[in-house]
Amino acid sequence: MTLLSVENLEVSFPTSHGRVKVVDGISFDLGRERLGIVGESGSGKSMTGRAILRLIRSPGRVAGQISFEGRDLMTLSERQMRALRGARISMIMQDPRYSLNPVMTVGTQIEEALRVHERLPRSEMRARVHEMLEAVRIDDPDRVAGLYPHEVSGGMGQRVMIAMMLIPRPSLLIADEPTSALDVSVQGDVLRLIDDLVKDHGMGLILISHDLPLVARYCDRILVMNAGRVVETCNASALHAASHPYTKGLLAAVPQMRETRAELPVIDRNAWAGT
Amino acid sequence: MTAISLKNLDIAYDGQRVVHGVSFDVAEGESFALVGESGSGKSTVLKAIAGLAPEWTGEMQILGRPGSHRPDRTLAKHCQMVFQDPYGSLHPRKTVDAVLSEPLAIHGIGRQGAKVEQALADVGLDRRFRFRYPHQLSGGQRQRVAIARALMLEPEVMLLDEPTSALDVSVQAEILNLLKRLRSERGLTYLMVTHNLPVVSFLCERMAVMNKGRIVEIAPATALHDGAFTDPYAQALYAASGGA
Amino acid sequence: MRAWLLDDSPASRGQAAAGRAYRIAGDLMRNPLAVVGSLIILALILTAIFASWIAPESPVGQDLSNRLMPPSAEHWMGTDELGRDIFSRVVYGARITLLIVGLVAVISAPLGLLIGAVSGYFGGWTDRVLMGLTDVFLSMPKLILALAFAAALGPGIENAIIAIAITTWPAYARIARAETLTIRNSEFVAATRLLGASHTRLITRHVLPLCTSSMIIRVTLDMAGIILTAAGLGFLGLGAQPPLPEWGAMISRGRSFILDQWWVATMPGFAIIVVSLGFCFLGDGLRDVLDPKSEGKS
Repeated sequence: MTLLSVENLEVSFPTSHGRVKVVDGISFDLGRERLGIVGESGSGKSMTGRAILRLIRSPGRVAGQISFEGRDLMTLSERQMRALRGARISMIMQDPRYSLNPVMTVGTQIEEALRVHERLPRSEMRARVHEMLEAVRIDDPDRVAGLYPHEVSGGMGQRVMIAMMLIPRPSLLIADEPTSALDVSVQGDVLRLIDDLVKDHGMGLILISHDLPLVARYCDRILVMNAGRVVETCNASALHAASHPYTKGLLAAVPQMRETRAELPVIDRNAWAGT
Repeated sequence: MTAISLKNLDIAYDGQRVVHGVSFDVAEGESFALVGESGSGKSTVLKAIAGLAPEWTGEMQILGRPGSHRPDRTLAKHCQMVFQDPYGSLHPRKTVDAVLSEPLAIHGIGRQGAKVEQALADVGLDRRFRFRYPHQLSGGQRQRVAIARALMLEPEVMLLDEPTSALDVSVQAEILNLLKRLRSERGLTYLMVTHNLPVVSFLCERMAVMNKGRIVEIAPATALHDGAFTDPYAQALYAASGGA
Repeated sequence: MRAWLLDDSPASRGQAAAGRAYRIAGDLMRNPLAVVGSLIILALILTAIFASWIAPESPVGQDLSNRLMPPSAEHWMGTDELGRDIFSRVVYGARITLLIVGLVAVISAPLGLLIGAVSGYFGGWTDRVLMGLTDVFLSMPKLILALAFAAALGPGIENAIIAIAITTWPAYARIARAETLTIRNSEFVAATRLLGASHTRLITRHVLPLCTSSMIIRVTLDMAGIILTAAGLGFLGLGAQPPLPEWGAMISRGRSFILDQWWVATMPGFAIIVVSLGFCFLGDGLRDVLDPKSEGKS
C-alpha cells in the first residue's frame, strides 16, 4: 500500500539571478519501507523532506502533487497540516543542540509533543513519556526526563528527539541527516534504533543523508539526487551496480578503509553542476 | 630531524585538565594522524602546538625549537595550520587577495602580487577568484584559499584540523588529492586531526588514537587495512567506523 | 558601468570594494522608507551647504515693524519676535544642526569603537578597567553634565557638543565590545594570529572593520536623539547662544507666544521632527541592509 506518493515536486526560491528551482520535478512512491535520499549540499534533498511536511514558507514556492495516505497534502489548510505534523508524519533533524528547546526539560518537551495531538490525564502522559524514553534505550528514564538539553550528550539528545517525534505514533518518519552531528561510535546505535522502531511500528522511513554507504546499510531503496533532480533510483543491495556516472563517481570518491589509491577519482564538476 | 616532538604534554582549559601525558614524535616529511571522537582532546593538542592553547605543561619541540604558549612570529614561518570550518576561517570582509597578501605584509615579504597569483595556481584556483569575497566562494574554494594562506610563508610543518569534515564528498576528494600532492611536491610534514579513519588511510602513514585526553595507541596507517589494533577502544572505534 | 560593478570576478581591489558598495546601496534603495530617510538627510545637507542661496533673508537681521507676522507668501514660516524671517532662520539652523550632529558622531563614535574593541579583545583587567570607565560616563546625565560645563566654561555651542559627545560614546563602546567578544573567538582571528600578526593589526584590520556595521546603524539611529538633546540644551539656553538660529533655542524663544503666534515655536519643531525621522528611517534601512546575517547574500 502506498503511504506517500510524490509527483513532479518542485521547490523554487527567488534569488538575485531570478527564480531558482532547488527541487526540479522529482517523483517517487513510498510504501512501508525505508527509502534513502542521498545527495551533496545543494542537491535539494533536505528541501524535499521539508516540502513533504509543507514547512517551506514564502518566498519559497512548492508545486506538484504530494499524496499521503490517500490525501493530497497540497490542498490541505495550514490547520489540517498542523494536525498531521507530528501525529502522522514526523521529522528528525540533524543537531539536537539546535532542535531541542534549551529552556525546557527533556521530559516536558516530549510530553508537549504528545499533548499537542492527544488529550490524556497527567499520569498517563508521564507513563507514555517514560515508555518512550525506554523505547529509545535510555537508561534511567525518569532522571533523564528531568534534564535540560545541554545536560545530555549528543547521542542522547538525538534519542530524545526521536522519542519526541515518535511518541504520537506517526506513519511516516523523515530523518534529515540524523547522525551527521554525532560521533562515529554513537551513529550506529542511533541508526539501529531508528531502524528497529520503524520496523516495530510498521512505519515508512525517508532517510536523508550525504553519506552513501550509510544509506546503503540502513535503507531498502535509494534515490540519488543532484541539482534538484533524481539521477538514480535503485535497491540498496544493488548500489554497487549503479549505472549513473554521478552515483558511480560519488561511490568512487569516498576514501576506503583499506585505501591504496594514489589519488581519489574526482567528479567532473562541470558535468554535474554541484556546488 | 624530528619535526614535532611531544613528551608528557598536559593541557588545561580554565584550570580543567583536558589532555593528559601525551607523547609522540612526528618525523620530518611524515604524515601523522591524531584520531579520536569529540572530546578526545585531539584538536586541543594541535592548538597547543600552534601556540593557541596557553595552559600547557610538558616538553614540546617543533623543528628543534621549543614550543610556545602564544603564537610565535618566528614559528609562523615554519609551522602553519588549516582549520576545519571553511566558513569561519576567512574574514568575511577581505578579498582572497587581501587574505593571501596578509602573511606577506606581516613579515615584510615583497612581490606580493606575483606570489598571490602563484599561490592561487598552486591550490588549483583560477585567477578570476583573486578579488572575490568569501561569500562568493563555495566551501571547497574557501578551503583551498585557507590552504594557500597557510602555504604563503612556506612552512615545513602543516597542522590540519579536520580539513575536510565540513565538505561534501566530491569536494573532499579534491581537497584530499590537493593535500597529498602538495605534500609530495614540497616535502611537507603533516599532523592531521580527524575522526574519519578512511581519510587517514588515504593521507597518512602513522596514527595515534586518542580517548578522553590520552593516547591509547600509536599504529601505522596500515593497521587500518586489517584492524590490527591492540587497544580495546581503538578496536571499538575501528569497528564502529565500518572496518569490519 | 553596472556590469563592471556587478562583475563576478573583479580584477582589482578597487573594483571589488566598489562592487560591494554598489550592491549595498542597491539593497538600501529597495526599501521605500530608507529612500525617504536618505532624501531627508540629503535635503538637510544641501540646505546647510546652500543656505545663503536658499534663504531669502538674513537670519540675524532685525525688523521690528514686521514682528510676529503669520506665515504668508512673503514669509513662508512667518516672522519671530524680532521680525526675523523664520524660514531663513530654519534654513541657516540646518547648518548648526548638522555641525552638532556631525561633530558628536565624529568624536564619540571612533572613541567608543576603539575603547570597546580594545576592551573586548584583551579581556581581563583591561576589560574591567575600560568598562568601569565606560560605566562612569554612561551614568552621567547629558543635561546635568551640560549644565556643569556651562557653569564651568560658559554656555556655547562648542561646550554643548563636548557635553553630548562625552555622554554618547559609552553606548558605542558597549556595542563594539559585544561584537568584539564574538569576533575574537573566530577562526580567522586564530589563523591570523598564527601568521604572526600583532594585536594592533588584528584589532585595526580584522576586528574594527566588522564592528563598523553595527556602529553605523547605531550612530544613525542615535542622531535623532542627539538632535533632540541639542535642542533641549538650546531650549535651556545652554547650547547655541542668540542670535544663532539653533532650532531648540528658537522653540524656547517661541514658548511665550505659543498660543497666539504658534508658528514661532512650531516651525523649528517641525524641522526637528522631520530630520529626526529621516535619520531613523535611514538607520532602520541600514540595519536591514548591513545586518551581518545577510552577508551571505550577494
